[in-house]
Amino acid sequence: MKNLNKNKYQALIGGHAAAEAMRQINPEVVAAYPITPQTPIIEKFAEFAADKKVDTEFICAESEHSALSATVGASAAGVRAMTATSSQGLALMNEILSVASGLRLPIVMPMVNRALSAPINIHCDHSDSMSARDLGWIQIFCETAQEVYEYTFFALKLAEKVLLPAMVMQDGFSTSHNVEPVKIYPDKIIKKFIGQYKPKYSLLDIKKPITVGPLVLPDYYFEIKYQEIEAMEEARKVYLETGKELKKITGNNYPYFEKYKLDDAEAAIVVSSSSAGTAKAVIDKLRKEGKKVGLLKPILFRPFPQKEIRESLKNLKIIAVLDRSVSFGGEAPLFSEIKNSLYPLDKKPLLQSYVFGLGGRDLFEQEVEEVFEELLKNKTGQVKYIGLRK
Amino acid sequence: MLKSSSQIPLGGNIIKPGNSSEYKTGNWKTFSPVWDKDKCAQCLICPVNCPENCIPVKEGKRLETNFDFCKGCGICSQVCPFGAIHMKKCQTS
Repeated sequence: MKNLNKNKYQALIGGHAAAEAMRQINPEVVAAYPITPQTPIIEKFAEFAADKKVDTEFICAESEHSALSATVGASAAGVRAMTATSSQGLALMNEILSVASGLRLPIVMPMVNRALSAPINIHCDHSDSMSARDLGWIQIFCETAQEVYEYTFFALKLAEKVLLPAMVMQDGFSTSHNVEPVKIYPDKIIKKFIGQYKPKYSLLDIKKPITVGPLVLPDYYFEIKYQEIEAMEEARKVYLETGKELKKITGNNYPYFEKYKLDDAEAAIVVSSSSAGTAKAVIDKLRKEGKKVGLLKPILFRPFPQKEIRESLKNLKIIAVLDRSVSFGGEAPLFSEIKNSLYPLDKKPLLQSYVFGLGGRDLFEQEVEEVFEELLKNKTGQVKYIGLRK
Repeated sequence: MLKSSSQIPLGGNIIKPGNSSEYKTGNWKTFSPVWDKDKCAQCLICPVNCPENCIPVKEGKRLETNFDFCKGCGICSQVCPFGAIHMKKCQTS
């Protein structure tokens, strides 16, 4: 175990790590509705608000649709506004998700991944955030509570620079409810990093009256959507710049994706969020046996760093992409992105799609090891479902 | 002249108040009113019925329709007791 400085580290569950970042951001408005496993974020933040540790106007909304609507209203009024949700909550927000991005409001939303109903289930998979991937939100997937903490204010800075909303994902229960040591940086330093918010437009600036959200017909809608396309492209660049800036404080790197023992690997797994930790443990074991295996853990999912992923994967012989969600009747979302990324290569690595962990089913080291064993045989085929009783 | 993407305020926000008159809606129409001044008795029934308020009246007399905002609904033609307004199909551009 690392020797941790008690003054800097706190034992936090992932949910509280997100709440701690929100406390340091001190948004003017937080509007939320409770949903498992997002609850620890909002419970903890409500405690901060009740104890006057933040200056936030805390709104207990009557649904997630209302929660995000209130957040949109506050953000359009010209202040920092946040919310958080999971699963059905995100599904209920769906209508407002594209309003937030379409109005170019830099709302940051911690998201705790949970399976979508039906059947109703409270445990982790990524079907919720994947269903929102095309709605103009920046999407960042975190493996650990430390990443959750840092990427929450990182995302705020990124969102405010490109004027797009961002969701910061963590795995339901595996991350959101497990205690980890989280290095917390002093409030002053984080407040300086995020800086003062200067909204581009403000509904409450009565000296400069504006209209937000007017009807836009075929003659202009396309052009306004193109602004959003460009902002998403800009976010790629700003993501790296923001990372360089935050590195000066934390010493950590903020790449588009993490490479673990990948550079000399012949076979690799692509998997995001907490399951990447399991994959790393297996890779360490197999490396000791002399097997050239590695991992690519996507962090930034929207915008998707196709070019950089292609560069990192091009020399591999074979790759398995492990998706924690499905696209019914199509290829799994992450697999599809990776496959598309490799398309321009003349000599493409072999690819195998795996789906795992739906509804919170655990992914065990033994199963990851079996994936690598299959890969090292250099054979691919139809999509495989890890741990499924067919 | 329609503006390009980079010339429009972000998110379609309208950042200048009172500028709806800059948004021309005249190109919505399929039929355009043709006003026959000789038949017109200046009864002023058409300006009060125009839902877009685009038949100007000056010194008790109506003037030519403002085609920047006329959507070609044809109400003026319908209400005219003198048959002084007929609707003509617009040429497609």
